[in-house]
Amino acid sequence: MSIFRHHKKIETHATLLLVLSFLVVTIGGIVQIVPLFYLENTIEEVEGVRPYSPLEIAGREIYLREGCYNCHSQMIRPMRDEVERYGHYSLAAESMYDHPFQWGSKRTGPDLARLGGRYSDDWHVQHMIDPQSVVPESIMPSYGFMMNRTLGTSDAEHVRDIMRVYRVLGHPYDDEMMDNAVSDFFAQADLDGDPGVVDRYPGAQQRNFDGQPQVTEMDAIIAYMQMLGTLVDFETFVPAASR
Amino acid sequence: MADNPKEKITPASRQYPDPQSKLKQDPPTTGHSWDGIEEYDNPMPRWWVWIFLITVVWSVGYWIAYPAWPGIQSATSGLLGYSSRANVAAEIDEFEARNETWFAQLVETDLDAIREDPDLHRFAVNAGASVFAAQCSQCHGTGGAGVQAAGYPNLLNDAWLWGGTMEDITTTVTWGIRNDDYPEARWSQMPAFGVDGLLDDQEITEITHYVLRMSGQDHDEALADAGAEEYEWNCASCHGDGGEGDYELGAPALNNQVWFYGGSEEAIRHSIYYSRFGVMPGFETRLREAEIRAVAAYVHQLGGGQ
Repeated sequence: MSIFRHHKKIETHATLLLVLSFLVVTIGGIVQIVPLFYLENTIEEVEGVRPYSPLEIAGREIYLREGCYNCHSQMIRPMRDEVERYGHYSLAAESMYDHPFQWGSKRTGPDLARLGGRYSDDWHVQHMIDPQSVVPESIMPSYGFMMNRTLGTSDAEHVRDIMRVYRVLGHPYDDEMMDNAVSDFFAQADLDGDPGVVDRYPGAQQRNFDGQPQVTEMDAIIAYMQMLGTLVDFETFVPAASR
Repeated sequence: MADNPKEKITPASRQYPDPQSKLKQDPPTTGHSWDGIEEYDNPMPRWWVWIFLITVVWSVGYWIAYPAWPGIQSATSGLLGYSSRANVAAEIDEFEARNETWFAQLVETDLDAIREDPDLHRFAVNAGASVFAAQCSQCHGTGGAGVQAAGYPNLLNDAWLWGGTMEDITTTVTWGIRNDDYPEARWSQMPAFGVDGLLDDQEITEITHYVLRMSGQDHDEALADAGAEEYEWNCASCHGDGGEGDYELGAPALNNQVWFYGGSEEAIRHSIYYSRFGVMPGFETRLREAEIRAVAAYVHQLGGGQ
């Protein structure tokens, strides 16, 4: 064990200790992090995943604001019990446009990664207003106030600003999407709105989610929830077993 | 600084036995001295060093056995061929294989004959219970008691909207009710008598009281009498002359105390004025036939199966 006797040389020399510590952390970081960006078994191209539509971004911002991630995860692990209950296990690509991702690690409530299409809009409205009326054993607080919070043009413009940032981060929002951001925001909450929003964001749900004439936070959050985990078609997707 | 003996501050002389005197010899110090405090340069405990070395050796074995090191294109896959995706697929296949004969039997057996075979029925009810928990409990409640405020029906009683035989339940689960996904979905639509101006407020009040009387609740006799004729004209064709309802049309019975959206005067009035349009998704593509039959068997035995 003679090698351990030389630690004195490092430990008594602050600069050397600093340089060598930095070197060790750097090597560890390079080995652990860098390969994730190029290895074939960590990058999986999946058809169907697209950036969020403006109304979905607004819903996602509400999801973050209210701290939904404190009780709900969005990550179905590859285990039989989870797959049987929630659906196909989550793919990395499904959260590629999440900044930050919402995987979470705390499940006081159920996982929401494949929530989309599982419940009706009416159910969501009822559940948000009075969770215990539909799930008696739930301890979720009420979010009924979202029904009263109307979203206006300034909110839509704020979402467009968020899209600008996302674009810098590499989300493929094209000029057409940016130009239509504000109108798409309102069109998605209206069954008779411009159908272009679904062309631009395939798989987006377009209808009046909360049953009120104005666009509210309830519309936004339900639009977001109704698309969660629905973008990948698992009828055609074949998972590579090596991953 | 510490090397200059004149600047060294000596500690107060000790009044108690020196603990070091018990040691055979003092271990060497690190050579540092801060305010007269020196640090022994003891070696790490032997047991700790050994565990550390064993973990290092263990990690080498782990690298070989499990996916570990990144390469140019992909990471090493490990001799054991571990893959969480392959594992979950294999586990699901294993349980599929175990249930396969039962599922096949469920599909082959006549719907009403399922409960005559105790083993098959037990399997169907248990399998159905887990399908129910995953797919149905959100609206119909964990125990199947429904949610009256939202119009999600109670499945524990013997009051049915679309019929409570195995056949009826299977059809309802398969195609759903009033959804746009399946043309086979059960469909009917009650007119919104108030919104569409088919009845005025007075007539709606009269019919409300007639329905209250029909269901044996407190009512205004005069208003109920007046509502009798209105009921016959507007409601009886679906809900029946005596309010017995009609499974063919999903028209609920009105002559009992089982309520779908509530039986208060206010709730009945609301139903007549605005109508109701309860929707249930179909499960034809989400569940396989055996699972639909299993959940039908589960619901059938909850209390009201016909």
